[in-house]
Amino acid sequence: MKLQIEIAGKKRQVELARANERAIWTIDGQRLEADAVAVSSGTYSILINGKSFEVRVESFGAELRAITAGRDFSVAIQDERGWRRNRGGSLEAEGRQQVLAPMPGKIVRVLVSAGDSVRAGQGLLVVEAMKMQNEIRAPKSGTIDRVRVVEGQTVNAGQVVVIVS
Amino acid sequence: MFKKVLIANRGEIAVRIARACRELRVRAVAVYSDVDRASLHVRLADEAYPIGLAPSGESYLVIEKILGVARYAGCDAIHPGYGFLAENPALARACVDAGVTFIGPPAAAMEQLGSKTAARQIARDVGAPTVPGTLNPIKTVDEAAEIVRGIGFPVILKAVAGGGGKGMRSVASESELASAWRDATSEAQNAFGDARLYLEKYLERPRHIEIQVLADQHGHFVYLGERECSVQRRHQKVIEEAPSPIMTAELRKAMGEAAVKLARAGNYTNAGTVEFLVDAERNFYFLEMNTRLQVEHPVTEMVTSLDLVKLQMRIAAGEPLPFGQADIELRGHAVECRIYAEDPDNNFFPSPGKIIDCGVPTGPGIRLDEGIYAGWTVPNEYDPMLGKLVAWGGDREEALARMGRALAEYHASGIKTNVSLFRRILASSDFQKGAIYTRWLDDFLSAAPVAEGRNTEEESQAEQAAAIAALLWHASQTGGASASETRTFAESRWKTEGRREQVNREPQL
Repeated sequence: MKLQIEIAGKKRQVELARANERAIWTIDGQRLEADAVAVSSGTYSILINGKSFEVRVESFGAELRAITAGRDFSVAIQDERGWRRNRGGSLEAEGRQQVLAPMPGKIVRVLVSAGDSVRAGQGLLVVEAMKMQNEIRAPKSGTIDRVRVVEGQTVNAGQVVVIVS
Repeated sequence: MFKKVLIANRGEIAVRIARACRELRVRAVAVYSDVDRASLHVRLADEAYPIGLAPSGESYLVIEKILGVARYAGCDAIHPGYGFLAENPALARACVDAGVTFIGPPAAAMEQLGSKTAARQIARDVGAPTVPGTLNPIKTVDEAAEIVRGIGFPVILKAVAGGGGKGMRSVASESELASAWRDATSEAQNAFGDARLYLEKYLERPRHIEIQVLADQHGHFVYLGERECSVQRRHQKVIEEAPSPIMTAELRKAMGEAAVKLARAGNYTNAGTVEFLVDAERNFYFLEMNTRLQVEHPVTEMVTSLDLVKLQMRIAAGEPLPFGQADIELRGHAVECRIYAEDPDNNFFPSPGKIIDCGVPTGPGIRLDEGIYAGWTVPNEYDPMLGKLVAWGGDREEALARMGRALAEYHASGIKTNVSLFRRILASSDFQKGAIYTRWLDDFLSAAPVAEGRNTEEESQAEQAAAIAALLWHASQTGGASASETRTFAESRWKTEGRREQVNREPQL
């Protein structure tokens, strides 16, 4: 089994092979003896030359993270069907950007309308979730293409709320 | 002691109170909204009754429903926890009318000391120093602007009925006043059903240090030392500790006696907390009194070896305090991290959802007060606090080291938590030195993150381990032949052989 894994911004070729019933890992062509055991769902105990790592792999929609030794690595995996990467989906062609609701909640205020020009970081709307009012800000400077929600509406995490171009 | 106590709350504090009931052999009665049927506080209670829809305005905040359950179940007392109805004098009063004991102060004391403006008047009357500002609620933003002209920016707007950072906004200049007023008003209205605001001067780099007081119904008052709560994000406490790194015996005595004087002047009973701001010269200013149990009460429990919830129940049942001021001894150091379902890498947006798996830290000096479990769904309707991780040590250094160790053992996967934030805070030299103030964390977070230049062998091995885990995880998700490739390790004959050789190499004893 061979995969391209992007970890902490670096692309690595990871391969798992077996020779004489030994597990041989190859990372970027470098042979590595590592013993890996799945200890619970998404959690792996990995021994590399006697050093013990407990790695937890967590996925949130399109986002993937591997957490170990106090470090939190963002991960993207490429298999036959292409990249499975973190923070994907928001980039569109030609600089149009979809602004997604980061959590489920209720739209309590819409601060912009279509045609408005906005600066990066400017508040677009306010979502109330878990008794907190959270301002969703413009990811870039540009013009509001569409506002896809109205005040009072409930939204799901990942739902497109505004399009900035 | 009571026979049956209704817990008018949910989440970790309802669990905490149920545990105290158990230890006192008092039956614990839970109430729950539609989305809380499977919540931990319901599972741990002796009895549980539904009180309506998920929005708290239709369940946890409805006094008639709470009292209806109390009557139906035959409860002789109600513990309100914190938040919801805890500081609403109407509940305390309704309890008196219904012949049920309210585990907290009497309504009149709550009104006097719990109203920030009235409490500041009492503080001035008893000679406790206060921060410059208004004593009465302000009606309009224009009136606010007028007052600021007298005391100067920066100022802070606060909800009269407030607490927990809600309905609170700091204002650095005239241009920010209108929007801050609008946000604070609507947040106060939503959180407390009371939009009224007041304002006070914002001190430069103050610390937030609070004194825990206890008062029984026989006129005995004690203070149980302080809690340092300066690590806050947007006025919400994030880490609390006891004692404060800057405390001296003289200052503790002065603040403790001021707190007791204030509580006594307001005819207070039960557990309460007097909050102060402390400046660089160790001058302290009365801020407000919280007429309830605090979220961060465990750090006081750890350093005093007392159980504040059980003491609250004993006091409410009419028992005298079993100790005096001279008996209070502080031992060691305790620190608490408030674990929230929120994403520290993305504006701290809340992250409700289903918890797939939990890692629960244990071992020496560790206490975890939480209201969650694997398989439970964190509802979208309530505060995102999941629980509190508390570490005790012989001194501050040991307490912080234990906290760091316990944080590495903690996780709640399936949702985002703010655990990585605590790792960053604990690693910062300011925090390690105790050089903190109420806006320290906001400043720390807005400063550019220091590039992680670590490139040791251990670091690159951690990356390799992460890559291997990611591959195995991917295989488990896609299933098929690739997954079976990874399954052979445990049975590997090579490994068995290797182990046998190692065993044989062991010295013979």
